[in-house]
Parts: sequence; C-alpha cells; structure tokens
Amino acid sequence: MRDANFSRGLVPLSIGSVVLLVGGFAMVFLYAPSDADQGFVQKIFYLHVPLAIVALCGFVAGGVYGIRFLRSGDRVHDLRSYVAIHISLILAVGALVTGSIWAKASWGQWWVWEEPTLVSFLIVFLLYACYQPLRFSIEDPERQARYASVFAVVAGAFVPLNFVAVRAVESLVHPRVLSTTGGSMPGSMRVTFLIALAGMALLFVTLCKYELTSKHASFQLRALKRRIAGDDDGWIPVRRSAAPQL
Amino acid sequence: MPALPLGDAGPYVAAAYLVFLALVLIYVAIMAVKLARVEREIGELAALAEQRPAERADERETVSR
Repeated sequence: MRDANFSRGLVPLSIGSVVLLVGGFAMVFLYAPSDADQGFVQKIFYLHVPLAIVALCGFVAGGVYGIRFLRSGDRVHDLRSYVAIHISLILAVGALVTGSIWAKASWGQWWVWEEPTLVSFLIVFLLYACYQPLRFSIEDPERQARYASVFAVVAGAFVPLNFVAVRAVESLVHPRVLSTTGGSMPGSMRVTFLIALAGMALLFVTLCKYELTSKHASFQLRALKRRIAGDDDGWIPVRRSAAPQL
Repeated sequence: MPALPLGDAGPYVAAAYLVFLALVLIYVAIMAVKLARVEREIGELAALAEQRPAERADERETVSR
C-alpha cells in the first residue's frame, strides 16, 4: 500500500460540516418561509432531499473508485469505493425514514407503492444493501476487491439511469426538485436548501474521511502486530471481513 | 391533503430531524467502539514491546553462562 494520509484536513472538514449543517438547519427554522401549500411540515424537505441527493452521489462515487481500482489495481481505491458506499447506505436509510415521515404527514400514508420516485429509491437502496454481503461471501481479498468493484461500477451506472427513467414517467404525488425551475422555490428557500445540501455533502466527505482514517489505523496496527509477532510471511490468519484488506 | 396545522406538523418535523441526529450519534457510537478496540490493541502491543527486551536479556544471560 502506498503511503496514505487519510486524516489530512479532517479537523477543518469536521468544523465546516458542523457550521454548514447547524447554520443550514437554523436557516430552515428561522429564515426560510413556510410553504404555502404544505405548511410547516415542508421543513422536512431541507433534510430529506439533501440526504437522498448526497446518498445517490455517494453511490456513483463508489462506482468511480471501483473503475479506478479495476484500472490501477491500487487497493486504496477499493477501500474508498467501500467507504463511499458504506456511508451512502447510512444516508439512504436516513432519506427513506425521513421521506416516510414526510409522506405520512403530507399524504396520510407512510409509503406509496404507485409512486416511481419512492420505489426506485428503494430499489437502489436494496441493490446496495447486497454490497456488504457480497464482499463478505468472498474470502480471497483479491477476488473480493475485484468482484466488489465490478458490482460498484454496474450499480453506480444504474443510479443515474434510474434517475433519468424516473423523471421520464409521470409523477403521482412526489414533487420534482431538480428541474429547470428549481421546483419553483423562492430565493430564500433555495438558498437555505443549497446550504443544507452543501452541509450534507461536507458531512458525507467528513464521515468518509473518518472511516478511512479508522480503517487505515486498524490496518497499520495489524501490520505492527504481525511484525512484533515475527509473522512477516503473514501466516497468522486475518479475520474474515467485508471490509477491504490493505 | 390540506396542510397540517403547526401543532400537528411539529411532531413529524421533529421526528425527521431526530432520526438524522440519531443516525449520526449511532455512527459516532460505533466509531467509539472501534477506537476503544484500537486503544486496547495498542496497549497489548506496548506490553508486548516491553516484554521483548526483558526476554532477550534473559536469553543473553543464559548463553553467557
């Protein structure tokens, strides 16, 4: 493994995430006006939509790192792909739960199976829920990294295709935000939304860096343990894991 | 559906933001468990590293005899 320093810039990133998220959420309640149609419950929009957008972008980023691993064979890219998908899954859980709460408040139902936006997001989530079991099922680290990268690339390509396909069909109840009119949001709402989105994106990057730093520290510790135990040939078995082995 | 009044919408909004807070806190708790494990393993390594010179000194003493 080449010399990696994943913790670089972690402190300013963490501070930036906190400032943007707290500032953004403060603007949600103190600056952005209540929606004329939905009223106060529309405040969930500033949390739910950034969660969904950042999760989907994270899945695509996982695919991009998958391509980089397949091209270079550098395990660091596999680790990055794994971490991006891992954190995106957490954010996707948040998007699903907050969306469901919003649906109950707004439409009177926790879930609407006829709505393509909801179902397509659930399909993407379930697809990526298979990623960790897939990794865990393969014992050989080399094969695990290769197969997982192929999965990340194929699933990553499915995300934008899915997004376009959903927008091509008629929406039942779910509003469209990313349109040329910006979902017809007034300026104050749009600024608040963009700050919340930036905060969520920064939180994603920060959590990825935390995870990468933690994994790297564990790998270094294991290598040190082997050296002290005089096991440079690596005959001490490594515990089976879904996480990449550097 | 008509817009919910503030009193009825409040719990839904609070629940959504609390879900997000809970997710972040659960992640922090998991990271704390991992950190504790790394700390424990470093402690074991430090103990092993301290033990090594003592063992080597014993070996040298035996050979010199």
